[in-house]
Formats: sequence, structure tokens, C-alpha cells
Amino acid sequence: MKTYTGTLNVNGESRMVTVRSADTLLYTLRRMLGLTGSKPGCLNGDCGACTVNVDGWPMKSCLMLAVEAVGKKVTTIEGLADTPIQKAFVEHFAFQCGYCTPGFIMNCHSLIEQHPDADDHTIKEWLESNICRCTSYFEIEQAVKSVLKKT
Amino acid sequence: MEVIGKSVIRKEAVDKVTGRANFTHDFHTLPMLSGKMVISPYGHAKIVSIDTMEAWQVPGVRTILAGDRFPLTGEAIRDRPPLAVDKVRYHGEPVALVVADTPVQAKKAADLIKVKYELLQVVNSPTQAFQKGAPLVHERLGEYKKEEDSLPVPGTNIATHIKIRKGNMEKGWADSVAVVEASLSFAPSDHVAMETRCATAEIMPDGNIIIMTSSQAPFMVKRLLSDYFGIDLGKIIVHTPLVGGAYGGKAPVQLEVLAYLASKAVGGKPVKIFNTREEDIITSPCHIGLDATVKLGVNRDGKIQAAEIRYLWDGGAYSDKAIDVTRSGAVDCTGPYNIENVSCDSYCMYTNHPYASPFRGFSHAELSFAIERTMDLLAQKINMDPLVLRYINAIMPGNTTPTRVLLNKSNVGNLRKCIEKVRELIHWDEGSVKEVSDRLIRVKGVSCSWKTSTIDIDAPSGVILTFNRDGTINLMSGVVEIGTGTKTILAQILAERLKMDVDNIHVKMEVDTQTTPEHWKTVASRGTFMAGRAVLKAAEDVLDQLKEVASCVLRAPKEDLEVAGSRVFLRDDPSIGLHFKDIGHGYKYPNGNSIGGQIIGRGSYILRHLTHLNPETGAGKPGPEWTVAAYGVEIEFDRRDYTYRLVKACTVVDIGKVMNEKAALGQVMGAMSMGLAFAGRETFYFDELGRVLNPQLRTYRPLRYGENPEYLVGFVETPQLDGPYGARGVGEHGLMGMPGALGNALSIAAGVSLNNLPLIPELIWKAKEAAK
Repeated sequence: MKTYTGTLNVNGESRMVTVRSADTLLYTLRRMLGLTGSKPGCLNGDCGACTVNVDGWPMKSCLMLAVEAVGKKVTTIEGLADTPIQKAFVEHFAFQCGYCTPGFIMNCHSLIEQHPDADDHTIKEWLESNICRCTSYFEIEQAVKSVLKKT
Repeated sequence: MEVIGKSVIRKEAVDKVTGRANFTHDFHTLPMLSGKMVISPYGHAKIVSIDTMEAWQVPGVRTILAGDRFPLTGEAIRDRPPLAVDKVRYHGEPVALVVADTPVQAKKAADLIKVKYELLQVVNSPTQAFQKGAPLVHERLGEYKKEEDSLPVPGTNIATHIKIRKGNMEKGWADSVAVVEASLSFAPSDHVAMETRCATAEIMPDGNIIIMTSSQAPFMVKRLLSDYFGIDLGKIIVHTPLVGGAYGGKAPVQLEVLAYLASKAVGGKPVKIFNTREEDIITSPCHIGLDATVKLGVNRDGKIQAAEIRYLWDGGAYSDKAIDVTRSGAVDCTGPYNIENVSCDSYCMYTNHPYASPFRGFSHAELSFAIERTMDLLAQKINMDPLVLRYINAIMPGNTTPTRVLLNKSNVGNLRKCIEKVRELIHWDEGSVKEVSDRLIRVKGVSCSWKTSTIDIDAPSGVILTFNRDGTINLMSGVVEIGTGTKTILAQILAERLKMDVDNIHVKMEVDTQTTPEHWKTVASRGTFMAGRAVLKAAEDVLDQLKEVASCVLRAPKEDLEVAGSRVFLRDDPSIGLHFKDIGHGYKYPNGNSIGGQIIGRGSYILRHLTHLNPETGAGKPGPEWTVAAYGVEIEFDRRDYTYRLVKACTVVDIGKVMNEKAALGQVMGAMSMGLAFAGRETFYFDELGRVLNPQLRTYRPLRYGENPEYLVGFVETPQLDGPYGARGVGEHGLMGMPGALGNALSIAAGVSLNNLPLIPELIWKAKEAAK
């Protein structure tokens, strides 16, 4: 089995990992670094539950190899603290079971940073890449818009 | 009320927005072996041979289970081998299980296992299964161990047959001036919880079996494992952390059995089985399909006189929970209408499809589609406003249900009020059809539903309260937090009863069957009702103990004491009193003498007066109360290409009492979306070999952000006198009427009766073509 040892920059910390070259970023975050906030939901990019932020952009971590993340800045849900979008999710009841929530929040967080003036069309374009089966879309919309309005 | 009804923030909210909320798959110990299933690629086939030689060569492989005859499993009928032997009965059925050090090794080995099959004739629908001479899914149906009220018919594909016979059908038809009959059908589909199912098992040297599972029924896991394998109940300890969506799909017990067998085969080491999305869709139990025929007769005044109904449920390859779904569909078979003469045959059919589990609504969304479409056909036939037809026939106190339960002002909600409110919210009186352009029209459809919860008649729920030294209280209940927020509502109920700040109540989210009191299963919208009653009883227990100690210290009789704001005090002089922190762990006098001890409150509840059903007539009391609801859906339909857009969806449910407003709204809106997706797009596409062609989220597509309609939600509050603060269940009801309302709107829009799901443009086109 071929392995590769390298350093990942995750949530502002340098973390040395030894991975198989085929290990996904998701698997590496969860199994090697114990960052289980990113969730496996489909392992092929359909659901968005594993979304993280790579160099400022949302990325489905099941679609990226760990080795591809070397030299990039990775932020996971564990790397966010007290952000307006997290607070808005709580206040607006924008989740039920909470499994898709980290992925949604990472996507929303990137959206707010990249497009602070996003309109309905842009919000939809970004957020339709994630699935919330409890279907808190109305509440998620309220949460995102409450933060966009403030910024 | 101070706390009830308020949108109290969920107790687990912060964990869930910071990635710290842990689900079963997030717990990882070392060592932790990985189990990987080999699944059947066919719907029905004889297993000729299984060759594991090459698989054993993969480094890291610790064991391979294949071809062993383990005890048969299943709930109502023991018909399911944990791993298939002799033959496979559905696409996705586990045939072998590899256990290896890592998931990659396990997968590699599983891919190298060669199974030789010989194809058998496939039973591809419940109607086909019902035909004489149909291939048998279970040749030895008569030999299986079963529950008393499972009624299989050996030599057929009938796993159970529930009969409802009420009134006099001949009279009913004679009194009718118009009769409609319709056949309706849809294939199985899936729950698609975002967290796929996961279970781990470890066997300790002392024989204790530690299971962790994403389940709605950890206590059932314990009971069934004990039953299947003859293990002492106390030796099985099941942990269930937060569950990432369930919707009924996590009520059955499946992966837990495989994880246990796997651990046993490797000397008790911990083994984890984590479903891929594809396995979660086809291997684990799915959402039931149905073929229905409904015949309704109506008199001159629009009052329904007779209902003759046949439900053929697609139970799939194994009966498991489908038998209960079949019974549940029978007891509420007519929908929420007062009908004196009812004849219903509800059959659970074996087919070569993935086997069914409960699905949010437990047969009621499914039967509602059949009934509500037929109601619209009836309205059309007698030229009556469909909402008026429903209003006239709405079930009310004084009526009886199909199983002859006499309804009263407490055990049934106010359907007429719900209908009136829907009428306003969707502006029904403005007309149900509005032209937008030469292509587009906006059309509204309506429906109603009801539901009682046909859960086990001796289903219990227990709660334990313990005091911390600072006077705060820990609340422990066997309810699993599957996303419904029930545990927060339990804290609200306790806070309301003890008149204390809800922030001073700590809720244990995880269930551990060794220390958490049992809550039968977190299903059937029964968490708030049953566990809520247990909380109230535990609160009484705590109040009594607090007053006992305080009475001694304050030298006042218990009757003179009040409790509020985390204090026990004299009613006539609240300044004289004691804070919980001074008595929750006993009271210490200045000289050091102490009395009392930690206050531990206990409460339990069991549903009362439920009975078995009479096997010939169905008579009996299946559940505690009937929640009713009315619905409307508005769509924008393109007459040229038969596509449509969901504009508005409305639900008005008689919830008894709104416990947590935002949580209740979320439940109803989420359920509506799920119902619209089930009705509008979700289904398994089977080929002639019984294979599911779309077991992925790109081919099986739940609603995504922006595809949801505008939601209109209304609540009616007719208290259920038994319920905590009058509350009724609400988790399922938003879903139940959506298929009927959408089907009705689209049938009006397309000008053709649409009797199948999902309602995709292609289906509408086919129905239009067939009608030409």
C-alpha cells in the first residue's frame, strides 16, 4: 500500500498526516484528525454534508483527495466559532436532525464571504448543492438572509 | 403558560452548529474493524455457490461470513436470514459479510467474493404477488415462528391479512345514488435520512454485548437480539447518540444483528458496519409501496354511505414491520370520514422488492392518496365542491372509526375547523383554477387525513429526573433525538410543571439502554405524548420529595408549600423558603445534621385501554387518539409540456396544543416537503429482474433548496385531555395529505385522473395519451 506523508493546514493548524494516495480529504479529516463535523452522506458529491472550505471556497471533501489539499487552507465546521451564520442557524431553527448542518453552514459561510450582496438567484445556485432531508429550507433561507442583510 | 408554546432553543442546538454533535459513525475507537456486505445483484435468484478464496488473500481480512445458517430474524414473522442462504429475495440483500481492519480492505475483499446465482421468476408488484400461481417468495411461510396477530397464508405471498367489517354493505350500496371506484398505485421509495444507518458491536469478556446504533428503537434492538440469540437481556447494552434523520426508516433492526454476528466471529472485537448511500437505499428497509382499489357510495345529500377498500401493500421480500403498517392502514382505512358501512381487506404482500419499514405517517400518507383521489372523483361525479364534500363527511365526536372506536371531544381533533382554516389560507373561494397565460394555469387541490398510532398495546415510556448540587435538574428519557426536538419539549413540560427556568434543566441526549428508562420506540409521533406524561409523573414525584424535606426544615405542613423559580416556599409568605440547591441533595442543618438525600424523580406511562383487533371484523381499540388535518396544494402547470412548479402548500393540523412554536412549524413544513417529494418525484424504478435502477441521490432526488413551495401552516388546538397540556402528535401529519392534494391539483390541471405516483410530467403525459 502506497502512503504519503505531508502537512495539511486545517483550521489554522499544521497537521502532519500519513495517508494512502487514494484517501479522500473527508476520510482523512474524520479518521486521522478526528474532525468528525464533516459528515459522509453519499461519498460522491450529491449531498454536500461533507462540505468544507478550501482557500475560501466551499468544497465537498468527499470529492477531494487528502493529497490535493496539501498547501491549501482548509477550514472545517470545527474551525468556525461564534460566526453570525452559526448564530442565525440557532435562532432561526434552521436544522432538525443536524446531520446536514455542518455542510450547509460551511457552504453558507463561504457564500456570505464571497457574495455578501447575494440575491435570491445566487443563494439558490449555491445552496442547491446540499440536501437537507428534514427540509428546513425555509428556515435556512431566513438564516442566510438575516446575515447577508447585516453585512 | 410560561414555557409551553414558546420557541425554546433546542438543547442540542450549539452542538449541531459547531460540528460537535456526534452521530453513531462519529464514534471511533481503536481497534475498530470494518464490516462490508456483499449484496445481491438480483431480485430473486438461487444461490448456487459462494467463493471466498480470493477474498481471504486480501491483507487485513479477519473473517468472512457467508453461507452460515443463523437464526431467522424479523419482527412480526421470523422470515429473514441475517445473511441470505439458499436464495436471495431482493436486490441489495446481504449475502456475505467481510470483516477487515480498514474499510478499504473490507471493500477490496468483498469485491473479490464470487457468488454464482441462478435466476428465479421475479414477483415485481403486490398485484402480481396476489395473483393465483404467482411465484412464491417464501415457500416455507407456514413454518416460520410468528407473533400471534400476524396472519400469513401459507402457499401464497400473503404475509398478513387484516379485515375490517363494519355495518351492512348491502344497505350502504342500496342507500347510495352514486358510486365511484378507482385503482391507485405506487412503487416503493426511500426515506433518505442524511445519516446512513450505522451500527457497531463489541462483545466483552464477561459476555456483555455493547451495541451502538443509529436507531429509533434501541430498546427493541436489545429485546430482539436477546430473543434471536438467547442472550440475557441485561447483558445487552445499546447506545444511541443523536440520530441524523430517521422518518421511520431507523425503527427496524438490521445492521445491529450483522454487527453482532461479525463481532462474535472475531472474538468480540468491535466491528462497525456503515451503510453506503446505495446500501442504505436498497439493502436497508425502504418506504412501502401500495396497490389500492377504493369504492365509495354517496347519497343525495353528499353523505358517504359505503366504502369498500382493498389495500395490497408492497411489503417486499421480508415482512418485518410491514405487517404492522398493513394493520395500521386497515384501522384508518377510510380516511377521516364518517362512514357507517365499511369493508376493507388490507394485505401485506411479499414481493421481490427491498423490504419495507415504517415511513413517516405509517401507512397514512399512502392510504390518504388512495382515499383522497377517490374523494375528488366522487365530488366530480356528483358535481360537488371537493372541500364541501369533505366538510360534510368529516369525522366528528359521536362517530365511530372503522374499528368501531367511539370518538369523543378528546380523542379526535376538529377536522371541520381545519377545513375552514385551509379554505381561508389558500383562498379556496377564489376558485381552484386560474389562467396565467395560454400555457400556464394555477390550480389548487385539497385533501384531509387522520391518524392514530397503532403501536404495541403495552408500549411504555419512562423518565428519570436527578438533581445536581446547584439545584438544576437532569432529565433522562428513552426518547431518541432524531431531529424532532422532543427532548427539548420534555424539558419545557418539566419547566412548566415545576415553574422553573428551562435553562436549569439539562437533557441527556444519548440513550443508553442500561441506564436510560425505556421509551418503547421513538416513532408514531408519540414522543411528546408518552414521554411527556412520564415527565409529568416524575415531576409530581420530585415535588413530593422536595416538599417532604422542606416541610421538615421549614416546620410547615406540605400542603402549605409552593414550588416555583427553583424554590420551595410558604404559600402565604414566599420569603420563607429554600432553594433547590439546599435540598436537592439533602438538607444540612447548621450543626451538620443532614436529612434527605439526592432527589431522584421517576415517572412512567403506558397507553391504556388498547386492545388486539378482532381477526374477523377488526373491531378493537388500536390507538389512543386521532389527530386530524386538512391540506391544500397550489401548482403552476404548463399545459404544453406537463411540467409544473409547486407554488404553495398548506397544512392545518389540530395539534391539541402547540408546545414549541418554531419546532412545530419546522416539523410540519419539513413533513410537507417530504410528502411533496414522495408524491412528485420519488420512486424506485425496477427492471424485470427486480433491480432498483436508481439507488443514488443523483437519480433518486429529494427536494433541494429552492424547490420547496411557499408554506402555509395553521394550527387548531382541540386539547387531547390525556396529553401533556393537551398536546397531540404532529411529526407526521404535514406529510400525510400532500400526495392526495398534489394528485388532486394535477388531475384538475391535466384534465385526467392521475392515480399513480410519482406525479412526474411523463406520467401525466402517459395518462393524457391513454385518455385520448
